[in-house]
Amino acid sequence: MVVKERIKEAPFSVVNNESWKKPIYETHGLNLWYGTSHALKNIELNINEKEVTAIIGPSGCGKSTYLKTLNRMVEIVADVNISGSVTFKGNNILGNAMPVELLRAKVGMVFQKPNPFPKSIYENVAFGPRVHGIRNKAMLDMIVEDSLKKAALWDEVKDRLHKSAYGLSGGQQQRLCIARCLAVDPEVILMDEPTSALDPVSTHKIEELIKSIKHDVTIAIVTHNMQQAARISDRTAFFLNGEIIECDRTSTIFTNPSDKLTDDYINGRFG
Amino acid sequence: MVNGGFSKKDISIREVIDQNRKTQHIKRKIEKGIPVALFLVASVSIITTIGIIFTLLSETVEFFKRVPIADFFTGTVLKPLSQNPEFGVLPLLTGTIISSLIAMLVAAPIGLMAAIYLSEYASTRVRKVLKPMLELLAGIPTIVYGFFAFTFVTPVLKNLIPSLESTNILSPGIVMGVMIIPMIASLSEDAMSSVPQSMREGALGLGSTKLEVTRKVVIPAALSGIIASFVLGISRAIGETMIVTIASGSTKNFTFDVTQSMQTMTAYIVEVTGGDAPAGSTVYYSLYAVAMTLFAFTLLMNLLARYVSKKFREEY
Repeated sequence: MVVKERIKEAPFSVVNNESWKKPIYETHGLNLWYGTSHALKNIELNINEKEVTAIIGPSGCGKSTYLKTLNRMVEIVADVNISGSVTFKGNNILGNAMPVELLRAKVGMVFQKPNPFPKSIYENVAFGPRVHGIRNKAMLDMIVEDSLKKAALWDEVKDRLHKSAYGLSGGQQQRLCIARCLAVDPEVILMDEPTSALDPVSTHKIEELIKSIKHDVTIAIVTHNMQQAARISDRTAFFLNGEIIECDRTSTIFTNPSDKLTDDYINGRFG
Repeated sequence: MVNGGFSKKDISIREVIDQNRKTQHIKRKIEKGIPVALFLVASVSIITTIGIIFTLLSETVEFFKRVPIADFFTGTVLKPLSQNPEFGVLPLLTGTIISSLIAMLVAAPIGLMAAIYLSEYASTRVRKVLKPMLELLAGIPTIVYGFFAFTFVTPVLKNLIPSLESTNILSPGIVMGVMIIPMIASLSEDAMSSVPQSMREGALGLGSTKLEVTRKVVIPAALSGIIASFVLGISRAIGETMIVTIASGSTKNFTFDVTQSMQTMTAYIVEVTGGDAPAGSTVYYSLYAVAMTLFAFTLLMNLLARYVSKKFREEY
C-alpha cells in the first residue's frame, strides 16, 4: 500500500505559516474490522490541535468509524477488532492504559441526530459536570450559562432553562448537545455529520459556532457536505473504501488535489 | 402454450377483473358485517366484567344489611363460623398487605436488577437465552409454588428463625416474590430496552460509566414502565391465592408478626367456598363483601399504574 506516500503529512514542516500546529491525535497503521468486514485499512492520519479537520468521503467509506475510534465509541457494538495505534497527546488510547471514561471526558462527541436527554435544558448541560463529580450549585450554574453562551444558545433558552429540552427545535437541540459537550471543557470535539438532519439556517448557526470555538477546541468533523468542509475546515481528509486517499490543507484539497480520486469526488463525479 | 396454458391472446386481464367485479357486492356485504361481529365478540368480555361487578355489588349490599359497614372495615376479629360470628375484615387486609409487601421486597430489587443486567449488560447471545428462561418461570403453576413454599421454604426458614410457625405469612410472601420476579424483570427490561440507543451514546460520549448511564439516563427514561411493572406486580401479589392458601394456613390472626399464620382475602374466599357455607347465610354473603374489597384493591392498583406511567413519563 502506498498510503503513506500519498499523505502530505508533515506536522512540523513549514509548508505555510499555519502548519506549525502540533498534532493532538496521531494514527498509525490503524486497521479495524467489524466481524469479518475490513472497515479501516492502514489509516495514517494526524489531527492537529485547535484546528478543524474535516473528514469527507462517500457513504460506507469508514469516516464515521474512524471518528468513533478516536473516543472508542466504535467499541460499543459487538465484535469489533482493532489493530495499530492511535495516540492522544502521546498516549495510546487503544488498549487499557487509558480508561475510556477519562478519554471521553476530554474528547466530546456530537452525533448525527440531536440526542438531548429527556431532561430539562439545564440538566442536559449539567449532566457531564455532574458525572465528573461537580456538585456545587453555583459552579454548575456558571458552567451551564457559560456553555450555553459558547454554543450561542443562551439568549434563546435563558428564560426556560428548567423546561424540557424536547421543546427546542432540531437546530437548537443540536446546539444544546454541543453545549453539553463544552460543559466538561473538552480538548477535542468529534462531530459526526452534525448538520445532516438540520435545515440550512440551523446548519449555518452550527457552522458559525464551530468557527467561534475552534480557537479553544480541536474539532474533527465528518461531513457529507463538501461545501461545508470547504467553509469551515482547516484541513481535509478524504476517505474511500476504508482507506485514506489524501489529507491536506483544505484549500489545497479543494483547488489542487494530488490524487485523481479526490478530484473526482469533490467534483461530484462519484459518491 | 406458455405460462401454464395461458397466453395473452386468449383473454385480457381487464376482462378477468371485470368478471370478478360481479361477485364484489357479496364481498362488500361481508366487509360491512365484520365490524359488527367483532364488536359483539369484544363486548363479551366487557359484559362479563359488568355482570361480575353487578353481582358482587348486589350481594355486598345484602351483606351490609346484616353486618354494619363500619364493623366490617374496623373489626379486628373474624369468626365467621362461631356461635356469635364476627365479621371484621382487618385480619384479612393485614394478611393481604403484609404478604404483598414481603413479595415486593423480594421481587422489586431482584426483578429490577435482572432487568438492568438483561437490558444494559448482557450480550445479545446471553439475553436470547436468559429472557425466555426467565419468562418460563412465569409459566409455573402457582400451586407448585405453594407446595414449594410449604415443603421447602418454610423448613429452610425454620432453621434460621426457630420460632417460625409451620404455616406462616413470611414463606408464601417470599415465594410470591419469586413468582413475580419474571414479570417485573421482563416488563422493566422492555421499558429499558426501548430507551433509544442514542441516549446511551450521548451519556457514554461524555465519559459516563455504564452504571452512570443506567442510573442517570436509562432508568429515569424508563421509569414509567418500571413503576408500572411494580404496580402490576403488587396487583398480582394481592390477587394471588394458591400460594397463601397452602403455606399460610387459615388462622385469622390480626397481627404484624410475619412468623405467624395469617389469612389473606383470597385464602378466606377459598376456605369459605370450599366449606359448607349455605347460600343465603351471612357467611355466604361475607364472601362477596371480601371479594368486593379485593376487587377494589386491584382496581385501585391498576388505576395507580396508569396514573404513574403517565406522570413519570420522560418523553424521548
